[in-house]
Amino acid sequence: MVIFFQQVLNGLTVGSVYALVALGLTLVYGILHVPNFSHGALYMIGAYAAFFAVNSLGANYWLAMLAAAAVAAIMGVVSERLVFARLKDAPPMHDMIAAIALLLFFEAAVQAYWGAEFHRLAPPFPQIVRAFSLTAPAQRLLIIAAAFGLMLALHLFLNRTWIGSTIIATAQNRQGAALVGIDPAFVSTLTFAISGAIAGVAAVLFAPINLISPTMGDLVITKAFVIIILGGMGSVGGAILGGLIIGFAESFGAFYISTDYKDIIAFALLILILSLRPQGLFPQGAR
Amino acid sequence: MSVRLAITALAIGLALVFPFIAPNDYYLSVMALVYVNALAALGLNLTAGYTGQLNLAHGGFVAIGAYTVGLLTVDYGTPFWIAFALSGVVAAGLGFFVGLLSLRLKGHYFAIFTLCVGSVITLLIEKWDSLTHGVVGVIGIPAPPGLGPIRFDTSIGQYYLVLAFLLLGLFVMRRIVDSLVGRTFVAIRNSEDLAEALGIDLMRNKILAFVISTFYAGVSGALYAGYVRFLGPDIAGVSRTFDLLSASVLGGLGTLTGPVVGTIIVAWLTQYLQFLQDYRMVVFGPLLILALILFPRGIVGSLELWAARRKAMAEPRAPQAAPLAGASENA
Amino acid sequence: MLDVQGLNKAFGGLRAVRDIDASFERGKITAIIGPNGAGKTTFFNLVAGAIRPTSGRILLKGEEMTGLRADLIARRGVARTFQTTALFDHASVLDNLIVGHRLRTRSGFWDALIGSGRLAAEERECRRKAEEALDFVGLSHIGNRLAADVSQDERKRIAFALALTTEPELLLADEPAGGVNPDETNGLAALMRKIVATGVTLILIEHKMRMVMELADKIIVLDHGEKIADGTPQDIRSHQRVIDAYLGADHAAAH
Repeated sequence: MVIFFQQVLNGLTVGSVYALVALGLTLVYGILHVPNFSHGALYMIGAYAAFFAVNSLGANYWLAMLAAAAVAAIMGVVSERLVFARLKDAPPMHDMIAAIALLLFFEAAVQAYWGAEFHRLAPPFPQIVRAFSLTAPAQRLLIIAAAFGLMLALHLFLNRTWIGSTIIATAQNRQGAALVGIDPAFVSTLTFAISGAIAGVAAVLFAPINLISPTMGDLVITKAFVIIILGGMGSVGGAILGGLIIGFAESFGAFYISTDYKDIIAFALLILILSLRPQGLFPQGAR
Repeated sequence: MSVRLAITALAIGLALVFPFIAPNDYYLSVMALVYVNALAALGLNLTAGYTGQLNLAHGGFVAIGAYTVGLLTVDYGTPFWIAFALSGVVAAGLGFFVGLLSLRLKGHYFAIFTLCVGSVITLLIEKWDSLTHGVVGVIGIPAPPGLGPIRFDTSIGQYYLVLAFLLLGLFVMRRIVDSLVGRTFVAIRNSEDLAEALGIDLMRNKILAFVISTFYAGVSGALYAGYVRFLGPDIAGVSRTFDLLSASVLGGLGTLTGPVVGTIIVAWLTQYLQFLQDYRMVVFGPLLILALILFPRGIVGSLELWAARRKAMAEPRAPQAAPLAGASENA
Repeated sequence: MLDVQGLNKAFGGLRAVRDIDASFERGKITAIIGPNGAGKTTFFNLVAGAIRPTSGRILLKGEEMTGLRADLIARRGVARTFQTTALFDHASVLDNLIVGHRLRTRSGFWDALIGSGRLAAEERECRRKAEEALDFVGLSHIGNRLAADVSQDERKRIAFALALTTEPELLLADEPAGGVNPDETNGLAALMRKIVATGVTLILIEHKMRMVMELADKIIVLDHGEKIADGTPQDIRSHQRVIDAYLGADHAAAH
């Protein structure tokens, strides 16, 4: 029972981080229809921004998280303005190739400055929380609470504010949105900023129980793609649900099958599901 | 067309005499690796360039070809040329099954699916120690043994071996893309809905392109294994696929010689930027993005478009069409 | 030629096509009209096999073809033109047309590899078909022009040429005269008559009422996915439900 609870906790922790990364990805996909492979780099940049803020500027964890969100958001905006906005009318493959180029560029740039070795970010609450006969590191609880808080905030922003609703409107109908006076270029930029910020926060939440390295975003972004395909590309609810599914599949898979192959589980799941249902599990966002 | 013929003859001639004008063996080995990569890029270009399906697992199939040769020769004592012959078949066989699963997916979904397939291949090579030697890699792969009087254990012999395979690869690729088969691929890239309405079996043709493409990848990997004689899991990585892809984009996706031209250019640029070592993407990434924005059709693609425009201008009212030999213009 | 029985298509909760029964006579021109969102293009997609019906049957010359894949339906002699034709802009017009006859050829990879005689013969045949079709639509003079450089009217004609290279018996044309001027519309109408004169059955979706009234032997009116009327142009002109649903406003605007 204790072991089972431990796996549930692990699944929730990892799953909510995946869900955050997938959320940004799915928002950008909804607006621009670009699978932004460089989204994993924004996640990685967020972690390094926080690492830099803590180790070189002496900031505390929370300030570092803010810095991470800001830096990742700025990088997202810069890549949208300088790259994706200019490739809108290019052949359909070019934006994907450019996204990969951005990913490799960011990774190489970070590696050139910080090197390829792993770094660690200290958790703000190193305690272990005990309740009944169960124990949990406080950081894991923080991740879960913060992730769900952020999802709720995003949900409210998208559905209850005018600016947020412009994103939804543009995702549903670009021409229609433009007709009622929504500037699609502004919405694209805004979406990249939000998705970058969320990725940055996700990275800072996860970094204390994981390691920081230039390629830390590679597997996360690939899994985030699995998640948004499962959840329906462009669907916010699907990204959250998909994130949790993959999180649980990994934590239980790692325990009951093999830790070595836990990273393959997400891909195996994707291959299985797409083989049976090419339109994904929840096809509302699919094209 | 004679211009085209003259350029072809000049390029082949230059490649043939290169070992005698190259200052040292280092240049020879650079060019030999260029040919190996160009062969893989030719395959990638058939799916991505001609058929419009971005296969991000292509590096994985190169790795499968390479590991087929590496593991069969080192662990199972298989003669090199038998392992070599199997490499393309193994890669293409796996390509068939991956294609069967993935090619029903359209556009972005296909690219993402193959990205995941690439990750699975990399992870399997890394973790399945008992088969692949894991992160240690495969060491001591034999050089290709000689055939009769021809020897491949010298750098000149290796150079001509890989050159021969590249030329053969180009010859076969030209036959494919200039034929009705290639036109069918282009029709699919152009619009899947229209192609299907014209009676083209999408799955059948996409799988055909994919299988041929992975066969090229497998053979390229086998040549790589026999040339470098050491293999590590990194050869399956996305960045390898990306190198092939960016070379094809620079040269011209969907053109016959674009991938070769691009691979040569990228290799020489890399030589000049060697001081950057692992960080070359700091320069290459932005360079490629610039090329994507400013020259979306690549070098060969832009030249061909220019030539096609000129031809169209030259005969605005030609009552009969050009003879069949002009078909390569569509590339 | 074509019989449709109880055809239904639902997208989620939306019933885009409802219980349509219709038959289309060989060698005749049938026009499908109706307001935007009436289900006209969905109907074409169903007949051409681009999507599968939720229920109902589609029979071509009495043979069942419900649920067949689009390419197999094309092989059975059903061709279509789209509202916008996705030509490959950087190839010549003729090169764009050559692949149209591909469905009547059999050469595959091995033929290409060894350069077989069959492949050479089939390539000649495809080229001949393309030239023939281009000539038929009156564009043989622009065969070498890049597809990017042709006019809207020429593009519409190329769409017909492409459909003709498949040797169709039934041709579905989706707004064949959309976005061209009145003179060109007349020219395209003449082209469609010429196509039908060769024995092809034509079904078209069109908004240009004058052209429909002059061209069609029979008109089917759709509204909200339902067939609300069919008959000769005269019948339709005086059909009260049609006037209410659709023609009224359009007529008033036209006169």
